[in-house]
Amino acid sequence: MVFLDFEKPLESLYEQLEKIRQVGEKGDVDVSPMIQELEKKINDKRIEIYDHLSGWQRVQLSRHPERPYTYHYIKHLTSSFIELHGDRYFKDDKAIVGGLGKIDGRTVVIIGHQKGVNTKMRQYRNFGMANPEGYRKALRLMKMAERFGFPVLSLIDTPGAYPGLEAEERGQAEAIARNLFEMAQLKVPILCYVIGEGASGGAIGIGLGDRVFMLENTWYSVISPESCSSILWRSWDHKEQAAEQLKLTAENMFEFGLIDGIIYEPLGGAHANREEMVEILRKHINKELDMLEGMEVDELISKRIEKYEKMGRFMVEEPELEEAEKDSSKELAPAPNEGSANQKSDDHS
Amino acid sequence: MGWFKRLKDGIQTATKFKKEAPDGLWHKCKSCGHLSTIKELRENFYKCNSCNYHVRIGSYDYFDLLFDDSEYELLLEDLVSYDFLGFKDLKPYDERLKAARKKSQLKDAMSVGTGTIEGKSIVIAAMDFSFIGGSMGSVVGEKISRAIDYALQHRMPFMIISKSGGARMMESAFSLMQMAKTSAKLTLLAKAGIPYFSLLTDPTTGGVTASFAMLGDINFAEPKALIGFAGPRVIKETIKRDLPEGFQTSEFLLDNGFLDFIVDRKDLRDKLAELLHLFEIQSSS
Repeated sequence: MVFLDFEKPLESLYEQLEKIRQVGEKGDVDVSPMIQELEKKINDKRIEIYDHLSGWQRVQLSRHPERPYTYHYIKHLTSSFIELHGDRYFKDDKAIVGGLGKIDGRTVVIIGHQKGVNTKMRQYRNFGMANPEGYRKALRLMKMAERFGFPVLSLIDTPGAYPGLEAEERGQAEAIARNLFEMAQLKVPILCYVIGEGASGGAIGIGLGDRVFMLENTWYSVISPESCSSILWRSWDHKEQAAEQLKLTAENMFEFGLIDGIIYEPLGGAHANREEMVEILRKHINKELDMLEGMEVDELISKRIEKYEKMGRFMVEEPELEEAEKDSSKELAPAPNEGSANQKSDDHS
Repeated sequence: MGWFKRLKDGIQTATKFKKEAPDGLWHKCKSCGHLSTIKELRENFYKCNSCNYHVRIGSYDYFDLLFDDSEYELLLEDLVSYDFLGFKDLKPYDERLKAARKKSQLKDAMSVGTGTIEGKSIVIAAMDFSFIGGSMGSVVGEKISRAIDYALQHRMPFMIISKSGGARMMESAFSLMQMAKTSAKLTLLAKAGIPYFSLLTDPTTGGVTASFAMLGDINFAEPKALIGFAGPRVIKETIKRDLPEGFQTSEFLLDNGFLDFIVDRKDLRDKLAELLHLFEIQSSS
């Protein structure tokens, strides 16, 4: 088990638990009441810790080394899946993966960022930082989805698009821009989930959709807290502060009307119960796709564009009069809160 | 041995007592150091007489340069940014906005003008680097969105002159979403058969390049402009080696296939007139 710094109180409790278990295994003493008591203590502590997470703590959780990545969801969501490689122009990007899969009888094109599970694989996956060919592969698969009428499921988890020399040569900016342009008009439903990190253009490059959701312990921002700190504070030391200032949590984003809902994670985060996390997501995907597939194509696209059209906060000055506040995001009809407060307490109990 | 003795080391004059050379008389080229008068500079399309360096100019300068008789109508001047997140780094965003407005005499980092070029109507949205680095926040996105509506309504070609460091961090995810918003809106022009020209000028980076700047039916740039997704410093830190000469310039992008052509600022108006002539929109559709 990996404990994050704010989870340290849990670590010592787990150590105690382990010791008592060892004593129990030796035989003589009945330790089960003590174990029960400790387990309750751990659970209570966990609820206490997870009830008030700061922006930075959410960022830490989104990067937890045991957090499920795209492949995990694909493997457990689909009954059959074929991975499809390559952008057909240059090469196969390893940081964005994709393919065709069946989720409960429905063929879906799945695309997503993939991070590596160990040091070697993290390098192989370029830490989830895609090159232009990754975005172009994703677009190729989305256009195929469009041809055959399959919905698109996009799983977002990236610290950003790769800022490399070759990436610039091959048009990182153009690749992301092209995806935004094409996704706005794609004739099939696009359903997006931020499952980990949602950093900037690298995230939104596969993140424009009819419905966009964030898992509870993820973040979505124009820039990572570290980079923001280095640019605005001119030092790397203000990342916690930057994380607060950027208001990058799922709760913030939902409140702003920039996402359509929050998917609550099992207590302790998605990694604490990976199977349960997949099932929560499965239920959600099915419900959303049922709804989206019932819509006419024209309506789907015009609603999609209208949604993004409304994003932004500004004031409209009236000449000679007092400044009238216009908060266009407040005009948004309240989207149904997917992970309701009730569901959250269920998860905790 | 010198024949006079320095009594105190260093320059002792405090900055506030230094005499400023009057602004607006002389201009020293950033690139080659050539001196010219502001008048000469203006007459040469704000380019250096000696090395042809294209000086960064503002939205109104472009409008003056491009529209017939420098006459145009400004649109959407009533949209203003505000600090809705209460964002504070070394300075509150609110103060940054006030300072930027005072310094630039502009409402935000983008102005929209409409008029004619050689008698043909066009809507032009131009960015101002002097306003918080030309950064894209909600107002920039909304101006583009509404300018597109205007172009659709009047069936006029649309152009954006990009000059930006990227998204405005102080509006966090709202600025990120402007990438999606502007790109999505541009699809409406494409569907209506209205041309969109994207002129990239020095500098065009970050979220601006990765959205509307790269989506023109025609993408073109001024010479030697810095154009890219990541900034050169970030790339250098990432790959830990020096960047090749001319990396991320207009010429580099042309060579790599991301620009249709490069145009000298003195030819810009003629080139646009020609484009408008070639892309003539049928009035009924």
